[in-house]
Amino acid sequence: MRYQVLVRLKPGVLDVQGKAVESGLKDKHFDGIRNVRIGRVIELEVEGLGKEEARSQVDEICRLLLANPVIEHYEILEVA
Amino acid sequence: MRVAVVVFPGTNCEQDVEHVYAGLLKQEVLPIWHRDTDLKGADLVVLPGGFSYGDYLRTGALAKLSPVMRSVRAHAEAGGRVLGICNGFQILCEAGLLPGVLLENVGRRFLSRFINMRVESTASFFTQGLTPGAVITCPIAHFQGNYFAEPATLEELERHGQVVFRYCDASGEVSPDDVTVNVNGSCRAIAGISSRNGNVVGLMPHPERAVEALIGFVGGASGLAPFR
Repeated sequence: MRYQVLVRLKPGVLDVQGKAVESGLKDKHFDGIRNVRIGRVIELEVEGLGKEEARSQVDEICRLLLANPVIEHYEILEVA
Repeated sequence: MRVAVVVFPGTNCEQDVEHVYAGLLKQEVLPIWHRDTDLKGADLVVLPGGFSYGDYLRTGALAKLSPVMRSVRAHAEAGGRVLGICNGFQILCEAGLLPGVLLENVGRRFLSRFINMRVESTASFFTQGLTPGAVITCPIAHFQGNYFAEPATLEELERHGQVVFRYCDASGEVSPDDVTVNVNGSCRAIAGISSRNGNVVGLMPHPERAVEALIGFVGGASGLAPFR
């Protein structure tokens, strides 16, 4: 099974990278661009487990390591 | 006192910590590689500063999975003393031994400079010998030092005297909204916190780099006081 994990900062959490990108775009006169937020995509494969177990293992990995629940949300997508 | 100094791949402040405890305070210091799980009966475990695992994923995130952290957690849960400085503080937060997280500095720059920090609570092992309101001048060197926690967590910390240091000016004045004083934008200008019972302490500044009058042209040796 192949998965993509999307990790995003929760609303309201300062995103300095997003702010830097936004200010760079302003310098290029993209004045209408707002609220640039940068997240992370993690791709991984799970071997030797059934579909449900695999997904629950990915969920466990997200909570353990891939996302910090204090500041981030995560979403798990199955990839064909 | 026996002091275990944990070294992860990318840790780079372990010799500064060793200099304080072994060189100046004449305590026994044991370096512990992060793959070891034996803390050798240490009274105090120090997670020094640096860039463990190259700060990959999030600062401190991978270090929390190192085998030694199981022992550090057990030591802390049994009431043993744990001190995390800079990256060590980030690791303690990631490991859940301290609440909150360290975000990128509000000014989007790596900050390497002297700061002042005020002693807020003397309920922790690291500040018990200090005077509330005393100002320590010492360096910071970090990109992710912006302490963040949910408002409810911040209230908890305040209520139980777990805020141990706040960034301040030279006279001890704290101004959370002034980035010339609260240089990284930390919530409530928090520079260091402790666990509820005061046995686990984490801080972003480096008092261990301000322990020698010889090199402390700004801070003098004021960083030594909390280590005593």
